[in-house]
Amino acid sequence: MRIVAEHLTYTYNERSPFEKRALDDISLTIEEGEFFGIIGHTGSGKSTFVQHLNGLIRLPSSRKHFHPKKPKRGQPAPPAPVLKVGEFDLCDRRTDFRALRRSVGMVFQYPEYQLFAETVKEDVAFGLKNFAEKKDRPRAEEIETAVREALAAVGLNAAEVGEKSPFDLSGGQKRRVAIAGVIVTRPEVLILDEPAAGLDPLGKREIMELLHELHRTWCKTIVIVSHDMDEIAENCTRVAVFKDGTVPYVATPKELFSHAEELYALGLDIPLTAKLTAALARRGIAIDCDFTTEDFLAKVLALKKGGAS
Amino acid sequence: MKDVAFGQYYPADSFVHRLDPRLKLLFLIAFITAIFLATDFYGLAACAGVLLVIVLCSRVPLGKVFRAIRGILFLVLFTAVIQILFNHGDKAYWGGPAVYWEWKIFAVTQEGIVLAIFLVLRLALLVMCSSMLTYTTTPVALTDGIESLLTPLKWLHIPVHVLALVMNMALSLIPVLTGETERIMNAQKARGADFETGNIFRRIKAIVPILIPLLVSSIDRAEELGNAMDSRCYRGDIKRTKYKKLRFGWRDLIAFLLGAALVTGVVLLRVYVGGIL
Ligand SMILES: Nc1ncnc2c1ncn2[C@@H]1O[C@H](COP(=O)(O)OP(=O)(O)OP(=O)(O)O)[C@@H](O)[C@H]1O
Ligand SMILES: [Mg+2]
Repeated sequence: MRIVAEHLTYTYNERSPFEKRALDDISLTIEEGEFFGIIGHTGSGKSTFVQHLNGLIRLPSSRKHFHPKKPKRGQPAPPAPVLKVGEFDLCDRRTDFRALRRSVGMVFQYPEYQLFAETVKEDVAFGLKNFAEKKDRPRAEEIETAVREALAAVGLNAAEVGEKSPFDLSGGQKRRVAIAGVIVTRPEVLILDEPAAGLDPLGKREIMELLHELHRTWCKTIVIVSHDMDEIAENCTRVAVFKDGTVPYVATPKELFSHAEELYALGLDIPLTAKLTAALARRGIAIDCDFTTEDFLAKVLALKKGGAS
Repeated sequence: MKDVAFGQYYPADSFVHRLDPRLKLLFLIAFITAIFLATDFYGLAACAGVLLVIVLCSRVPLGKVFRAIRGILFLVLFTAVIQILFNHGDKAYWGGPAVYWEWKIFAVTQEGIVLAIFLVLRLALLVMCSSMLTYTTTPVALTDGIESLLTPLKWLHIPVHVLALVMNMALSLIPVLTGETERIMNAQKARGADFETGNIFRRIKAIVPILIPLLVSSIDRAEELGNAMDSRCYRGDIKRTKYKKLRFGWRDLIAFLLGAALVTGVVLLRVYVGGIL
């Protein structure tokens, strides 16, 4: 499913002293099959944007009592926002938002805090039961199978943890269970808000590997919000940079991280590989890599070999 | 959830906002006394006038103050209906019969209608003046004020500071909890939870996935907070200094005189004029 957003604007607590413009005329397209990254300083509107994508934040035109604002006299009418996720038109209030949420899975920041059920299995099955149509409720065996597969997909053994209370697991395990609870309905698009936040380096790597595995098998499109530039450089096909509710840059990691100055100006960092490349460039050694560790090392080693011969 | 106007700070820089919270509390008590002492529409009008002046001085939008009534709308309507249906008085305030309709224990009378209007106004004024206090005073200032006013209880060995601390924490946790509730609700909605449709039992059942994570994290947070206070050697029972000292200034004096004048005025009205009720 292709995600198209045009002229998206969102204000929290409109017309109150706490008014806060979180998104300001954003336009962004995410193609099907991408592993899309979203970066930006804290408070730049990343979470607000991704919550639009499965209708948790509704566009005004999709709400029940919608009256389009009259433009002020002498000013052109602001362009109408567009938000489409595959076939779903999120500007239309007739859209089936339940079906949308079924095909756009959303993993919030620190998802382990949403666990509630008595056993891991029950918690993972929650979404499955909710999205089931009234007419053909899934049979117990079907649920059992789906839950087992979802747990296996996040690297957990249903026989081992399935009957445990989710509150008795470790932090990393809890997060896996929470992700399993979202992917159990096999969403086509999976959105994750800082999936690796607060994990140790190994845990981070494992989560990212898990996402790649999901990308290959279950979810065609993956969108992650992240503060970790190495993670972005390593994994993403394209990156959008958010700044105060706008998107100044959308580029591949390769293009983006060769512009270190611009990123520094936004209060963002660049990955270690980009720093090393820049340091080498200052000594007159130019390396043209895409800033993944693998490519960087390959290029450096090739250079070394070439220099030796 | 966000529509609950009652008890929310409205930030603005105004005379009323800067008043000493202790004075505002006392003023509120005086104001409420005045509202209860007022037995006629003149008294209520005086209170409403003073309230209007306060609202205008505070730069809180009038609409916001009126919206505070919504919280008790049901109570107001209930009171009005009861008054109108069950009052059997026979006073006639205007032309026509004093009793319009009567059936068994029910009756619609002129007196009932007048009393209903009076009670509705009284309730509305009560809520509006109380919400003015919370609109113009931060929760922290409010608890400081309450603690200071309750100082006499310390002599009876009642741990006032502990009560104040508990109140302060509860108040400061409200926005945290509402934010967290919203987050968890969103997370469960993303998993297809439905809080809006279905009968009452389904809806109660739907709350469980919100309530449990909320409870778990609240307990965690309480424990962390306790540990943090312990590790900083917090003790409530020794004399603590304040970051922001309360000070009584000329503004407060003016407000004090105004409040005193209002109560005296209403009492005089009651004694000498008698009123229409
Ligand atoms: N529920 C809310 N009510 C009011 N304002 C909000 C709310 N959520 C976010 N905001 C404000 O909107 C702006 C954008 O917030 P958002 O959560 O989208 O940022 P973010 O880019 O995800 O930041 P972070 O990296 O810290 O998660 C912030 O300034 C924030 O203060
Ligand atoms: Mg965020």
